[in-house]
Amino acid sequence: MNWISNYVRPTINSLFSRREVPENLWKKCPECGTMLFHRELADNLNVCSSCDHHMHITPRDRFADLFDGGIFTEVSVPEVIHDPLHFKDQKKYPERLKAAQKKTGEKDAMLVAQGEMNRTPIVAACQDFSFMGGSMGMYVGNAIIAAAETAVKLERPLILFSAAGGARMQEGILSLMQMPRTTVAVEMLKEEGLPFIVVLTHPTTGGVTASYAMLGDIHIGEPNALIGFAGTRVIEQTIREKLPEGFQRSEYLLDHGMLDRVTHRKNLKAELTSITRALTGLPPAVAGDLPKPSKAKSEAPKAEEK
Amino acid sequence: MNNYLEFEKPLAEIEGKAEELRALARSNEEMDVEEEASALDKKAEALLKDLYSDLTAWRKCQVARHPDRPHCLDYINQLFTDFTQLAGDRNFADDLAIVGGLARIGDQAVVVIGQEKGSDTKSRVERNFGMARPEGYRKAIRLMDLAHRFKLPVVTLVDTTGAFPGKGAEERGQSEAIARCTEKCLQIGVPLITVVIGEGGSGGAVALAAGNKLVMLEHSVYSVISPEGCASILWKDASRMREAAEALRVTAQDLSALGVADEIIPEPIGGAHRDPQTTIKSVGAAIEKHLKDLSKKKPETLIKERRKKFLDLGSKGLAA
Ligand SMILES: [Zn+2]
Repeated sequence: MNWISNYVRPTINSLFSRREVPENLWKKCPECGTMLFHRELADNLNVCSSCDHHMHITPRDRFADLFDGGIFTEVSVPEVIHDPLHFKDQKKYPERLKAAQKKTGEKDAMLVAQGEMNRTPIVAACQDFSFMGGSMGMYVGNAIIAAAETAVKLERPLILFSAAGGARMQEGILSLMQMPRTTVAVEMLKEEGLPFIVVLTHPTTGGVTASYAMLGDIHIGEPNALIGFAGTRVIEQTIREKLPEGFQRSEYLLDHGMLDRVTHRKNLKAELTSITRALTGLPPAVAGDLPKPSKAKSEAPKAEEK
Repeated sequence: MNNYLEFEKPLAEIEGKAEELRALARSNEEMDVEEEASALDKKAEALLKDLYSDLTAWRKCQVARHPDRPHCLDYINQLFTDFTQLAGDRNFADDLAIVGGLARIGDQAVVVIGQEKGSDTKSRVERNFGMARPEGYRKAIRLMDLAHRFKLPVVTLVDTTGAFPGKGAEERGQSEAIARCTEKCLQIGVPLITVVIGEGGSGGAVALAAGNKLVMLEHSVYSVISPEGCASILWKDASRMREAAEALRVTAQDLSALGVADEIIPEPIGGAHRDPQTTIKSVGAAIEKHLKDLSKKKPETLIKERRKKFLDLGSKGLAA
């Protein structure tokens, strides 16, 4: 596989050096080093076809796969005060925000949508690791609250995909307060008897793990995702010993009783369907219920409304 | 003999001189040094007042971590009567980093829970410097459940660098324990009053602090990450903690401006460690006042108000 990619790459690059062509046609798998063609990678939901490494996937790509036909309605998230602390490290926080918005095309690190997954009505929230490490600040808090409120209003389960290094330091104590704040959102769901299913993806650490990500009715980890409270380096420095192989990875957490399942991304949709339908008293989904979603996944997903 | 902080060095010199003079006089009866010594005392007093009137965020962090600062058990022993310590999470162990039990404050029976950092080498090690493991948070959950069932208000005393970053802690579900503990704070149908007596370190502090009232001592701090940790991530240099502390807005005064802290309890001049008795008394008065206010409220109201408090947070930023 490697020699093909190495050989083919320059030719393709010179052939498609026009504007509309994505800049990186090839992506190197960070685990095994295989060069993967972008379209093939997208069709494979950003999972390496060679070693099954689950790479980061944007919320929109995730939703394009999760919702039937790639159709979903975005749930609007109430605005927040930008830069409540006037935070500045080597860069000003608003500059960091702007850069992340430009890079991702998103407002902040979480996207919320509602729609149907295998004809099962759901609300979904997905954290965007490419937006400042998915970090949880006021916006992410508002997004989770909006997701819970929408789920309550529509009487649907909430499926949340977590991915974050932790809280957004630039919002100081207000980012920390998203731990109890998002917990209130989870309480709203529980009170209404609505399922809250968390899919923990790589990486989910810090205050995010120590709040909503660990309060699900069901916890599913994507394979080999890093999930934990403290950072591995901090732990090693504290206890002065090397941590075992696979420490804080999904499979390790499954072994230690913190997850219900570890599920390959390509099987997630079917599994989430079966779980949500069982929990909400719906009959099992019938295969062939719907036409297959269109193949054009690399295109921007259609949204019913903005 | 006082433990001086780095910024108290000039003070240490003056107080040292006064002490020296008096020691000299004690060994030499003919010497009368009182005039000079009390002049030095006055000078020291003025300097102390000056130093503490406008502490930087980083200095407040140092004061909040001062080894002589009254700790959780000092408050429990001096403010509460009939303290019956209750141990264990009924599952794995008893974590000494978190202490809790039944107690009375005034006539009111309560459940009191807090992080204890320890006061000497032995107890510091025993209590893991106040850094709790999952079983500590699970003990707190159990005690809050107890409080809920028997309608006892809960008082929590927060003083921790953070939850313990250890191998076993992770394996036994540190994240889950903290999340559940925070959840429990939000669920109980009894008043929950939190006093940050020293350091409120990140998620490890939140787990005990998602209550109806958050009271902070004047020089206590509460932060999403330690200034050192923040500096090493954002400045790539842990020694820039002064700037990080400033930027993070960790002080009680900042938290009050942001609507996170409901009340600030003034500390004696020179900080709580210079006059623990007065500090402990003021904390007691604040707890009793809030208990009185909250005890009239119905369980549903307490839960509703608590939720609203957190949902409404973030509606105000700091003035430019
Ligand atoms: Zn690979």
